[in-house]
Amino acid sequence: MPHSQHPIELLRFNTCGSVDDGKSTLIGRLLYDSKSIMEDQMEALERSADITGGGQINLANLTDGLRAEREQGITIDVAYRYFATPRRKFIVADTPGHVQYTRNMVTGASTANLSIVLVDARQGVIEQSRRHTYIASLLRIPHLVIAVNKMDLVDWSEDRFREIREEFESFLPLLDIKDVKFIPMSALNGDNVVEPSSRTPWYAGPTLLGHLESVHIASDWNLHGFRLPVQWVNRPNNPRDPKLHDFRGVSGQIAGGVVKAGQKIVILPSGHRSTVKEIWTYDGPLQEAFCPQSVTLVLEHDIDISRGDMLIGSENLPGMNADLRARVCWMGQRPLQCGKKYLLKHTTQTVQAVVTCLGNRISMDNFAADPAATELAMNDIGEIRFRAAKPLIFDGYANNRMTGAFILIEQGSHHTLAAGMLLPPTELVKAEYEDFTI
Amino acid sequence: MSSYHLDHLQYLETEAIHVLREVAAEFERPAILFSGGKDSICILRLAEKAFRPSEIPMPFLNVETGHEFPELIQFRDRRAKQLGARLIVRTVDEAFAKGLAAPTPGQISRNQLQIPVLLGAIEEFRFDCCIGGARRDEEKARAKERFFSFRDAFGQWDPKNQRPEIWNLYNARLNQGENMRVFPLSNWTEMDVWEYIQREKLEVPTIYFSHTRECFRRGGQWLPVPTVHTDIIKPDPYAGARPKPNEAVKSLVVRVRTIADMISTGMIESLAESVDDIIAEVAAARVTERGTRADDKASEAAMEDRKKAGYF
Repeated sequence: MPHSQHPIELLRFNTCGSVDDGKSTLIGRLLYDSKSIMEDQMEALERSADITGGGQINLANLTDGLRAEREQGITIDVAYRYFATPRRKFIVADTPGHVQYTRNMVTGASTANLSIVLVDARQGVIEQSRRHTYIASLLRIPHLVIAVNKMDLVDWSEDRFREIREEFESFLPLLDIKDVKFIPMSALNGDNVVEPSSRTPWYAGPTLLGHLESVHIASDWNLHGFRLPVQWVNRPNNPRDPKLHDFRGVSGQIAGGVVKAGQKIVILPSGHRSTVKEIWTYDGPLQEAFCPQSVTLVLEHDIDISRGDMLIGSENLPGMNADLRARVCWMGQRPLQCGKKYLLKHTTQTVQAVVTCLGNRISMDNFAADPAATELAMNDIGEIRFRAAKPLIFDGYANNRMTGAFILIEQGSHHTLAAGMLLPPTELVKAEYEDFTI
Repeated sequence: MSSYHLDHLQYLETEAIHVLREVAAEFERPAILFSGGKDSICILRLAEKAFRPSEIPMPFLNVETGHEFPELIQFRDRRAKQLGARLIVRTVDEAFAKGLAAPTPGQISRNQLQIPVLLGAIEEFRFDCCIGGARRDEEKARAKERFFSFRDAFGQWDPKNQRPEIWNLYNARLNQGENMRVFPLSNWTEMDVWEYIQREKLEVPTIYFSHTRECFRRGGQWLPVPTVHTDIIKPDPYAGARPKPNEAVKSLVVRVRTIADMISTGMIESLAESVDDIIAEVAAARVTERGTRADDKASEAAMEDRKKAGYF
């Protein structure tokens, strides 16, 4: 039963691949075979099968919810699906395959523990497979599954499976993915999705669901180096209750590490120091709290603190700089160019930033960086240097996904233009904080 | 490190609290849509967790069709009072009187008519953000929804052109007249909501538990027989929603799984008397929650069309 007393873990994954690789069919199959499809959904599927599918139920219609998607038989936007097995709960982001929707793929993948890249066994590795694998690596998704789909259309050929695997293995060493699994399957027929297939006697690995249920997702969260970006200052100012009148708390979601009651902390960028008097929560005070819990800290000293400040501990210090380097995935209609100003949202603060330098556009053919690039067009990935109107307190994205990430927003239209991943700081917080002995 | 571990409800909780605090910090005049239904009950507890010991820094807003279950309205009013919150109620009937909306001939359900009323309230109070309890698992169009869902000056949703939403860095920027809908429960399932109600020991309206009620069969569902109309001057608001002579009325032991109003809510036969019973029932259910909603059955894209027009 899903309601045993064991805490149930949550695994977030996304599926990506090119158009017609069968992503939506695969999710439909996972839901169907894990008995997560309800009767009324089945009825709706049967109804639409009569209209558009010539009587054959189309599992993709389970996730392609928009009218335009069903008309064109493609996935436009990220669709989220939820299912559970007795062992885990799953949040699935079904992300689009069309190149013009790469930004949605980044959206779906940014919060994932695991990415599934689908490959059509007939087509093998194509540019989209490389792009999606690269994005999974860029976003530091810890686990990758290469689902070699439509194996039924290549007669379940082990040679074909190996060929595709070797092609991937030729470029995987260039990337930052530690854990990769290759699974031969047919999403349409269900082979190796939930049930092991008798048609792949040469494959001894787990089914896709088996892997999803057992892959080790020990904390994806950074537990080294306390970080609390101040989200909201909690001041009840309640004149009727004297106790509440003086309450002043700092609320936020812990973005790294652990904090303990009584611990010394530093507030950045001011450099003021204080001690945690209480970790306040609605359910009572805590002795310690950890990433990604949402808490309210009461400090010993009455210090000026506002949204956008960062509370840190004494170990694993962050960088603090206004001149920064980052990798970006560009999503804007107009290209990213040097000298342009944008709004930049990083943790809980939004500041103006100007792009001072641009280069190293990544080629999806060989992942080589082109230093001569002068602009990034939509869906391009490259490197920028920028200057922010005020210093950011940050970590390299590879170290901490929460304090190393940012988005760029267009002034005026307010469109989200880019996903950015900061490169590690070249120097850590210091100098003015020499008496920073805690 | 295994002690630094959140179970799935704790993870969903911290995610939702983060979203609520972003709203409080980024918007000038946000409101919480509170109907008294189970999802918005969870939103209120999350708001308590996000903002206490301060007051919840936003008023509650509810749009009434005029066909509400009385027990839901009573619960809504009582809960808002307990929390010391300001509750704003706007109704379809007022919108008729003000000319904001016009009755649709032949249409009994006022579900569609909630749209102009909501947009009217947004304009009246200059709300720049409305927090709703919608979940992605409810419905296919909702599965595509962002946490921060941008609406243009007409309140419209453009599903083909949504802002990318990356990590938990929500883009809350608006221009004059534009509006945001924010859904902290985006990643929750029906089961998560009930497990949270159980864990937090939250009170829910009695209509969620099994009770005896007069019902009649229409459109494959058990619809409740509306409250008796005794006013001899005003027309019966439920005319058309009462059983016809060929629709036999039966006294059944039922409960609601999802609540719209009395006209759009199908009752399910159930013996669930407690939250534990409901959880067991949901676990065994073979029909989705919204399978009992007449308003969603209108067409394959009923929800998508309403959302594009400004629905929650």
